[in-house]
Amino acid sequence: MPQTLYDKIWNEHIVYQHDDGTTLLYVDRHLVHEVTSPQAFEGLRLSNRKVRKPNLTLAVADHNVPTTNRSKGIEDQDSKIQVEELEKNCREFGIEIFGMNDKRQGIVHIIGPEQGFTQPGTVIVCGDSHTATHGAFGSLAFGIGTSEVEHVLATQTLIQKKSKNFRINITGNLLTGVTAKDVILQTIGKIGTAGGTGMVIEYAGTVIENLSIEQRMTICNMSIEAGAKAGLIAPDEKTFKYLKGKPKSPKNENWDKAVEYWSKLKSDSSAKFDQEVEINGKDINPMVTWGTSPQDVVSITESVPDPEKEKDEDKKKSIIRSLEYMGLKPNTKITDIKVDRIFIGSCTNGRIEDLRDSAKIIKGKKVAEHVNAMVVPGSGLVKQQAEEEGIDKIFKEAGFDWREPGCSMCLAMNADKLNPKERCASTSNRNFEGRQGRGGRTHLVSPTMAAAAAIAGHLTDVRKFKN
Amino acid sequence: MKKFDILVGIPANLSMINIDTDMIIPKQFLKTIKRTGLGKNLFFEMRYDDNEKKIEDFVLNKEPYNNSSILLTGKNFGCGSSREHAPWALLDFGIRCIISSSFADIFYNNCFKNGMLPLILEQKKIDEIIEYSKRKQNIEINLTKQEIKFGNKLIKFTIDKFKKNCLLNGTDDIAMSLEKKEEIKLYEDSLKKNKPWIN
Ligand code: SF4
Repeated sequence: MPQTLYDKIWNEHIVYQHDDGTTLLYVDRHLVHEVTSPQAFEGLRLSNRKVRKPNLTLAVADHNVPTTNRSKGIEDQDSKIQVEELEKNCREFGIEIFGMNDKRQGIVHIIGPEQGFTQPGTVIVCGDSHTATHGAFGSLAFGIGTSEVEHVLATQTLIQKKSKNFRINITGNLLTGVTAKDVILQTIGKIGTAGGTGMVIEYAGTVIENLSIEQRMTICNMSIEAGAKAGLIAPDEKTFKYLKGKPKSPKNENWDKAVEYWSKLKSDSSAKFDQEVEINGKDINPMVTWGTSPQDVVSITESVPDPEKEKDEDKKKSIIRSLEYMGLKPNTKITDIKVDRIFIGSCTNGRIEDLRDSAKIIKGKKVAEHVNAMVVPGSGLVKQQAEEEGIDKIFKEAGFDWREPGCSMCLAMNADKLNPKERCASTSNRNFEGRQGRGGRTHLVSPTMAAAAAIAGHLTDVRKFKN
Repeated sequence: MKKFDILVGIPANLSMINIDTDMIIPKQFLKTIKRTGLGKNLFFEMRYDDNEKKIEDFVLNKEPYNNSSILLTGKNFGCGSSREHAPWALLDFGIRCIISSSFADIFYNNCFKNGMLPLILEQKKIDEIIEYSKRKQNIEINLTKQEIKFGNKLIKFTIDKFKKNCLLNGTDDIAMSLEKKEEIKLYEDSLKKNKPWIN
């Protein structure tokens, strides 16, 4: 029977299957961070269990770490305890960890690929919903809860039921100035935040094929915002080239064997999908969210929606509530929205290409006077690479704050946060109420759009952008 | 894990759609290394004002709903972050059953791991219970029989058999999977042979 890529990976990982389809699935790669793991390790200790395969787990602290000078350690006591707890747990259970001062430290979904820990055809899990990022390599990658983290640690497996197959084809080509972030925002706008519930999305089509690996990660990253279990993209030559020579990539004869196996990882041409959607690349514009859900999205050329035009009562109510929270009037042109803050970073858009692209926009320009802008590289290695290329100077000269790596203001668990009513153009993935700080107002955009907004002082169309 | 069999309680109605896990428990409370103690901060931003005083109008601040064990809510409940702190906070508050027309995957799974029942019903049926909840009277959820009783009404619900049994028995998932030690070992042996680069 013809199979989808998801079917193939699933079938390869079945350890045991119950009659009703409930499956014990093998986990090849497990990533751990400080926020969702302490209770899992505590659970192991309480029941006197060991970690089954310590070498298949990699740990890093990212959510809580300060992005300013780290020489004094972490000021916030609770954050400090959590980070120390992770280090202690890893030592006790024999798990590799990149400590806060290790230059490989960074956001968990950035360091996995960077180290070659993320590989095609594997099952990858992490106690974090944006684990979907790793699907860009053709791996089945999904977020789990803390009880499941404990389950993986103890058994190297998970109890799962199979999801449905959903394919999204992005055909044709992208217009100039349109990025992977716009593709995924537009897709979520189209299918909605519950559009992928119970499904694994495979992204396909010429647009996807033409994207770099880093851009593919941006797309897969936000699959969770479409409600999907996971997002994935078939691996290809670009994938192999990206992984070649990475510290944890297969070596020598294992490399050849792996590539041979990885090359077969694609959906059969006659494979059946439970649902398919097609979007033409030329219909995608730079996108901006106006509300408090990632599906509240319009193109930069449009205006804030008018709830009066919405017939569905529930939706109307939710638009009114969002606009009130966001401090926006119906029908305001998106380009007339002034911003106070800029955040470039996160596991969606904190990689080297993101920094290069936004640096191109701001080069030789200055951040608008009323705007406070910051760049938080996704990892120590991204930061180092950017500094070697002189990108940090471009940002600093423009007036950006150049920070240490971590999740930072993507979720504002450390000191980086919006003040109430502050408005931010952010390259992260969630615009929920309070996500970037209580009362903070987030507009999700691509890195180049964020850079352009920093200079202009308001949301602006990067394609027409001139200072 | 605590068993779930019959639950009797007054349902509280919070009929917003797309309630995400940031709303259920905001990130400032994720810095804990324990599973308990999160209940007082459940729905923090909806429940307390800027001075951290209880907002009287919010359903879970009102008698008798402040003691509810059943929550009625809008579709796509629990979307967003994977934090298990969300079900922990609900449970710590005293809620053991959440009724919605749909749930986000990770949240849905997380509930079962904590002896909680996320129940999926058609919106029409939920509306009937919402109507009834205004009476501030108990309803009964019977997992074995897969039915909800309120007044003289009865609603049947469906649930995955495997998950149902885990709840009824209070199964320790890990212990159950460890019973498959042999199978796991066999799988790992074949992995070594076929995909030696995995470890
Ligand atoms: S960068 Fe944001 S979305 Fe990504 S792992 Fe960190 S907090 Fe989560």
